[in-house]
Amino acid sequence: MVLKSTSNRWVWILFRLSLTVVLILGVFGLFLWALGKNPLKAFQDTLRLNLLNPRGLSEVVVRMSPLLLTALGVAVPFRAGLINVGAEGQFLMGALLGTWAAFNIAGLPPALHLVLVLLAGMVGGGLWGAVPGALRALGWVNETITTLLLNYLAPLIVGYFVFGPWRAPELAMYPQTPELPVVPYFPVLPGTRLHLGFFLGLFFLGLYAYMTGRSRWGLELRAVGGNPEAARRLGMPVERWLLAAMVLGGALAGLAGVAEVVAIHGRLKMAVSPGYGFMGFLVNWLAFANPLGILIMSFLLAIIASSGFTLQITQRLPYAAVNVLMALILFVVLAKPFRQGVRR
Amino acid sequence: MDEDRLTCESDKTVVCLRGITKRFPGVLANDHVDFQLQSGEIHALLGENGAGKSTLVKILYGFYHADAGEILVHGRPVHIRSPRDARALGLGMVFQGFTLIPAMTVAENVALFQAELPRFFSPRELEQSIRAASDQYGLALDPKAPVWQLSIGEQQRVELLKLLLAGARILIFDEPTKVLVPHEVEALFRVFESLRAQGFSIIFITHKLREALSCADRITVMRQGRVVGTLLARAATEESLLHMMFGEKLPEITRSPGSRAPGEVVLELRDVCTRPVGTAPALDHVNLKVRAGEIVGIAGVSGNGQRELGDVVLGLLRIVRGKKFFLGQDATSWSPRQLVRRGIAFVPEDPLSMAVVPGFSTLENFALMDLQAFSKFLGTVMNWGKVRTFFREGFTKLGLSPLPEPVRASTLSGGNLQRLTLVRELSRPYHLVVGLYPTRGLDVRSANAVRQAFLVAREQGKGVLLISEDLQELFSLCDRVLVIFRGRIVGEFRPEEADLTEVGRLMTGAGVLHGS
Ligand SMILES: Nc1ncnc2c1ncn2[C@@H]1O[C@H](COP(=O)(O)OP(=O)(O)OP(=O)(O)O)[C@@H](O)[C@H]1O
Ligand SMILES: [Mg+2]
Repeated sequence: MVLKSTSNRWVWILFRLSLTVVLILGVFGLFLWALGKNPLKAFQDTLRLNLLNPRGLSEVVVRMSPLLLTALGVAVPFRAGLINVGAEGQFLMGALLGTWAAFNIAGLPPALHLVLVLLAGMVGGGLWGAVPGALRALGWVNETITTLLLNYLAPLIVGYFVFGPWRAPELAMYPQTPELPVVPYFPVLPGTRLHLGFFLGLFFLGLYAYMTGRSRWGLELRAVGGNPEAARRLGMPVERWLLAAMVLGGALAGLAGVAEVVAIHGRLKMAVSPGYGFMGFLVNWLAFANPLGILIMSFLLAIIASSGFTLQITQRLPYAAVNVLMALILFVVLAKPFRQGVRR
Repeated sequence: MDEDRLTCESDKTVVCLRGITKRFPGVLANDHVDFQLQSGEIHALLGENGAGKSTLVKILYGFYHADAGEILVHGRPVHIRSPRDARALGLGMVFQGFTLIPAMTVAENVALFQAELPRFFSPRELEQSIRAASDQYGLALDPKAPVWQLSIGEQQRVELLKLLLAGARILIFDEPTKVLVPHEVEALFRVFESLRAQGFSIIFITHKLREALSCADRITVMRQGRVVGTLLARAATEESLLHMMFGEKLPEITRSPGSRAPGEVVLELRDVCTRPVGTAPALDHVNLKVRAGEIVGIAGVSGNGQRELGDVVLGLLRIVRGKKFFLGQDATSWSPRQLVRRGIAFVPEDPLSMAVVPGFSTLENFALMDLQAFSKFLGTVMNWGKVRTFFREGFTKLGLSPLPEPVRASTLSGGNLQRLTLVRELSRPYHLVVGLYPTRGLDVRSANAVRQAFLVAREQGKGVLLISEDLQELFSLCDRVLVIFRGRIVGEFRPEEADLTEVGRLMTGAGVLHGS
């Protein structure tokens, strides 16, 4: 950042972030109140069960791990001026290719095998991002539409494998694969479900912050997003950047997918994602691609997602209530760019 | 000035600004500005780039809010919080970028702007009222014409018509002549005069002293956020205005006449044709050579293929027939990236949309010139110290004062944006520089600095392709001038043997019928 008013800019960013947090909690409260529940009690319960108790907190962080990665998967293309709605599909394809690598690579030390499985997940997500990226770079189809459509295709492909060739014979009534052979080697904090995926998320968040803010590559990426016409006239390979941003974004979402399969479920099944890809989109829009914002907002959305279970028990709310809430937040968020446009 | 202060409350003063002050982070854009506009006058606002002219009129029109000072309209103090307030007071502003919808007709565009348009209106009545207004003020507009077919000058007059029909009596123009060709400028000034005769008051900003002297009644000169003075146009001369604007005598441009023979060919277009895009003309068998140490000018009315010519040179527009050579190599199908790397510097006509990233600071924008050279360790670390050094050097070398580094490009004044682009492009290693209207929007001193920079480039043995509408500029700088009309090169001249009327005839297509 070369802007001298850097401190000013950070004050402004923090202000916007806290405003968003307050707004979301407000909407949540109103929503509960409209359902005839006591919002204060709900907040208290959430605080008590999900934040102040170590086990609850670790569960929040467990949910936060894939959100960090899928949000980054949306943020990287966003910096290049692309709207990636397809993190959900990329997440699933990462899960799929990672599973394939787990079953089909043999004869390697477990650690190496694990690394290859994670890489395969990134490749799967990256390929699923490459398709819309290439179509956009060629100037054929807008990436928003293709990523959205590919979100419908990905579950069908995963479904084909878990219902068909990869289905575990021993548990025939559940459509799922057998346990992945790498599962026992995946680093997990003892006594919790907190796993390596969280640290990978933090690592990539830090990398993202550094690369977009300080490196030449980040500057070039943001130049492509900020004014593609000027970037082209300056001799930047704009098309290659568009493709690269989608591949990178897809790879990060794919990593989230494979980590979820290995760490949480142990096997591939239809329900590996409760919508982490969509939530990642939400996180990025709430955070306007700012790294600190991504950290805060994925934590917040993880709390909300976990509170779904708490509320199910304490307030007898169906879990789907949380989905309704997320949709509400989405509307709040989508109004944001327009307000910003007016301010200029 | 005391005399002016007295007139502030008089009936003749329609707008009075008193002590207007506006501070942006790091700059005092307006510093206790006093300004009066009288009823039925044309008032020109002059001043160097970044002097605060646009800021002043934007405050009057409610875009910005002054930190201090007051505004009186018809002698009454007013608070103008938004352009809507300004319009309610009878003010109207014509912008640089027009806000018209290309697919709609003149009448439809005008209708959209009327505040109290009935839900159902009669298109015929609307057309009649437009025709009547167009005749009354001499705008020469056809209400039924779709806007995309109109020239820039006509579109500007549609903007004006919108304001007039909405009841504006005080009109503000920010650099209205920047994008106009000479005959359109004349047409605009005729409209100004007819408006003045009917009691309208007009403020217009310009960098061309001649325009201010020929068209305005009074002239106000600004410098570094302050008003230097207001004087009657009758009593002003170019010298006195320049002195007020810069406080110093401007250096003359020096051109060594053919002191050295041009070197080898840097750029050659051989029989180049392109496909037409939209309504823009296609290049039609263009032949062109630019040698090292030579300035080649392209004269023409804008919209006759200049932009396409620039895009072909930079590799942005595909050549469907013919060949392009750069430094002796066949470059017909090279990408912009390859061409830029081999040494083409390019100054496009619209820097904000074509050359800079609006959200980046001036320094970051400068760094885009050559990111590879400005970064270390495989591009993971930017060397901002080096960027800063080159940035400052680039400005000083061209004889311009450096821009502040941390400022966002989107907040730069029009002229400063143009400077940033020029300095960046001329700071890279290059063999050929292409300039599209490079002095458009620059104040007289900066424009001269840029012209001098092109002459220096020529001395250093670079090739220069200068695309401009300013014949005087072309003929004082160039070794050869080609005339372009509808995508064809229709004539070639040497400045010393040129006949300006003949060039003018060719530019407007009059010579084409006789073949050339
Ligand atoms: N929104 C803004 N934020 C910050 N600085 C600004 C903003 N608008 C203008 N400035 C600064 O205020 C100063 C005056 O700008 P202004 O646009 O009024 O100049 P101008 O006289 O119109 O110049 P030009 O002839 O180049 O158009 C410049 O230094 C400019 O960078
Ligand atoms: Mg201006």
